[in-house]
Amino acid sequence: MTEHAIIADRISKAYQVGAHRARPDTLVGTLQSWLAAPIKNYQHIRSLTNAGRGRRPTNRETLWALQDVSFEVHPGEVVGIVGRNGAGKSTLLKILTRITDPTSGSADMFGRVSSLLEVGTGFHPELTGRENVYMNGTILGMTKREIDRKFDQIVEFAGVERFLETPIKRYSSGMQVRLAFSVAAHLEPEILIIDEVLAVGDAEFQKRCIGKMREVAGGGRTVLFVSHNMSAIGQLCTSGMLLSDGKVMARGELHEVIEAYMKDLFHTHSEVGDDSTNVSVKTSINGCEDEHVWDHGARLTVHVTVETKETMQRPAIDLYFHSSSGRMIFAQSDRFVDQPMQSSKRWSFEFEFINNGFVSDYMTVDVGFRYCSSTQYLGLWRSVAAIALGPVPVGHSHGRECPVSVPCAVQVQEMAA
Amino acid sequence: MTTLNSQHWQRDSAEVPVVTPVAPSLDDVAKAVPADVDLIRTRIRARSGFAGIDWNELYRNRDLFRFLVQREIKVRYAQSAIGIGWAILQPLFTMIVFTVIFGRLANVDSDGVPYALFSFIALVPWMYYANAITDGVNNLIVNSPMLSKVYFPRLLMPLASNAARLIDFAVASVVLIGLMSWYGKVPNLGVLLIPWLMIVMVMSAAGTTFWLATFAIQFRDVKHAMGFVVQILMYAAPVVYPASLIPDAYRFWYSINPMVAVVEGMRCGLVGSVGMPWMTIVVGSCSAMLLFFSGMLYFNHKERQFADVA
Repeated sequence: MTEHAIIADRISKAYQVGAHRARPDTLVGTLQSWLAAPIKNYQHIRSLTNAGRGRRPTNRETLWALQDVSFEVHPGEVVGIVGRNGAGKSTLLKILTRITDPTSGSADMFGRVSSLLEVGTGFHPELTGRENVYMNGTILGMTKREIDRKFDQIVEFAGVERFLETPIKRYSSGMQVRLAFSVAAHLEPEILIIDEVLAVGDAEFQKRCIGKMREVAGGGRTVLFVSHNMSAIGQLCTSGMLLSDGKVMARGELHEVIEAYMKDLFHTHSEVGDDSTNVSVKTSINGCEDEHVWDHGARLTVHVTVETKETMQRPAIDLYFHSSSGRMIFAQSDRFVDQPMQSSKRWSFEFEFINNGFVSDYMTVDVGFRYCSSTQYLGLWRSVAAIALGPVPVGHSHGRECPVSVPCAVQVQEMAA
Repeated sequence: MTTLNSQHWQRDSAEVPVVTPVAPSLDDVAKAVPADVDLIRTRIRARSGFAGIDWNELYRNRDLFRFLVQREIKVRYAQSAIGIGWAILQPLFTMIVFTVIFGRLANVDSDGVPYALFSFIALVPWMYYANAITDGVNNLIVNSPMLSKVYFPRLLMPLASNAARLIDFAVASVVLIGLMSWYGKVPNLGVLLIPWLMIVMVMSAAGTTFWLATFAIQFRDVKHAMGFVVQILMYAAPVVYPASLIPDAYRFWYSINPMVAVVEGMRCGLVGSVGMPWMTIVVGSCSAMLLFFSGMLYFNHKERQFADVA
C-alpha cells in the first residue's frame, strides 16, 4: 500500500477576470477586432487561455482562484473541505477531477477516482430507467460489467423496480433524484470526490444520503467532501481543510478546522457596506474578542457600528441569527430600546445575549439597516459574523441537526412484571 | 516513485524557490505507471502545448462510448412515428427533388446513368457526412453543461454522434441496392474499393466534426452557420453534378475535398459511369487522414479548456 492517496503540490489556477466582456463572442466581432488590431487581439486571446502562465507578473485582470495549494491525504481519510463562497473549493475539485487543468503545480492520486459534482449527469429524459443507469454509471467511470453486477442493488435502493422500462421523463422528480443518487452511491472507487450533492432533495432524502455516505466513507475509501452543511461534515469527516482566498488556511483536526473557518467567516466579513453606508460588526464572548465558541451559559456581545455619508433621521437596526442549515433561530431589533435613535451619521449598538440552549454547529448573523418608521431595508448584509456553538450540555436533550437543546430529566419507572 | 517525497510540500511556501512549472512531456504522460500493482495512478499536471492522444484511456472508456452511441440513436428517433424510416425518407425525397430540378429542368449531365440513381449514390455518403458533422457539433454544445461536471475523454462525444449516423448510412445503403436492381445495374470490380472509401468518409466526417466542434464551444456562431456551411460544402462535392464537369487543370485542387473521392469512387464501383479516379482517391485519402488527425489533436489540445469556456 502507498502511504498517500492524494498528494497535491502547489496547485494554482488563474482565471481571466472580465474575460467575457473583453472577448468578442461572435465570429464577426472577432473578425472586426482582428482587422482593427490584429496583434493586440491575438495577444489578448492568447492571454485568456494562458492566464497566469509566462514570465509576466500577475496583472490586475488575472484572478488566482487557487494559489499554491498543497496538501496530502492518507488512504481512508474522509476530508471535509470548507470555506466561504469563492474560496476556491469548487475549482480545487474541478482540478482534482480533471475537468479543468491547473495553471501550475501538480497532483497525484493513487487509486481509481470517481467524482460526484452533480447527481444524474448524463441522464436523458427520453431514455428508460435502465438505460439511464447504464449511461450515468459509465459516465461516472464504471464499466458495464460492474453495473450489471450492482444493477439490482441500485434499482432496489432507488425503489423504482416497476418503472425500469419507462422513460424517466415520466418519473416524478423525486424518483429521478433517487435513481441518480442510487447510481452514484454504488460507485466503488478508491477515491471519491463529492461536492454538495446533498443539497438536493427533502430532509428525509438527505438523511438517507448521509446514511449511505457514511457507509461509503466507512468502507476504507478516501473521500474529499465539500459542503456548507456543518452537521453533514461533522458526521462524515475524519479531518478537515479550510480554503480561504485560494489558499489552504488550515488542515488537520476537524474541530480546529471548523473553528478556523468561523474565524475566517468572522474576520473577513466584519466590514461590509457600499459607498453610502459602512457597517462593522464585532463580537465577543464573555468579554473576550478572540473567542468564537459560544458555550452554554456564556455571554455573547454583538457590537454593531453603522456609518453613513449623509445625516439620517431615526434609523433602526435589526439582527438575524441563522443556524448552519440556514434556518432563522432568533432575531433582535433595537426597536425595544427606550429612546429613539438621534439624527446622526454614526451610531453604535451593543446587543448582549445569554446562551441558554443553542448548540451544535455554528450560526451566522445578518444585519439589516432601515428607517425606524419603515420596514424596507436600506441595507441588508448577510453573514457578517459567524459564531460557533458549543456542545450539548450534560443533562440536556437535543435532536440531530437541531440548533436548540433543553434541560431534560429522564426517570425510568420500573413496571411490575 | 521519485515524487513521493512527503517532506516536499510541507515546507513553508515562502522557502520554496519559485519553480517554473514544467509541462509534461509526451513520454511523461505515456509512462505514467501505476504506483502499486492494484492502484491506478492519476497524474494531474499543468499542460501547455499539444499533448498526445491517450489511446489507453479511450479504450478503457469503450463501454461509455457504446452507451453514448446507443443514447444518440435512441434519442434521435424517440417519440417519432416513422423512426428509423427517416433514414430512408431523407435521401429519397432529396433525390426526387434533385432529379426533378437538376435532372429534368436543368438537364445536368449524369455521365449516362439515370439521374435518380446518379444522385442517390452520392446522397447516401453525403447525407452521412452532413448529418454526422451537424450532430457531432450539436451534441457537444447541447451537452456542454455536462463538461463542467464530470471528466471523461471528450473525444467520445463527437465520435459517438458520428458513429450513430452509421445506422442511417446502412439503412440508406440497403435502399441504394434496391434502386440499383430496379435499374438493372451490376457493380464492377471497383466495388472492392468501397470499404476504403467508407473509411475515408468516416475520417472526413470525424475530422470536420473535431474542428467545427472545437470552434463551436467557443463561438456559438458555428451552430447558426452549420446549415448553410453544409449546403455550400454539398456544392463543393459532385453530388448534383458529375466531377467530369470540372476542368482537368483544377482537378487536383478539387480533389482535396475528400468527399469528392468518396462520391466519385462509389459511382465508379457501383455503376461504372466513370473510370476509377485514382488520383482523386489518393489525394482525397491523404487529405481525409490529415483532416482526421489534425482535428483530433486540435480537439484534444483544446479539450481541457472546454469546461472553462463552455
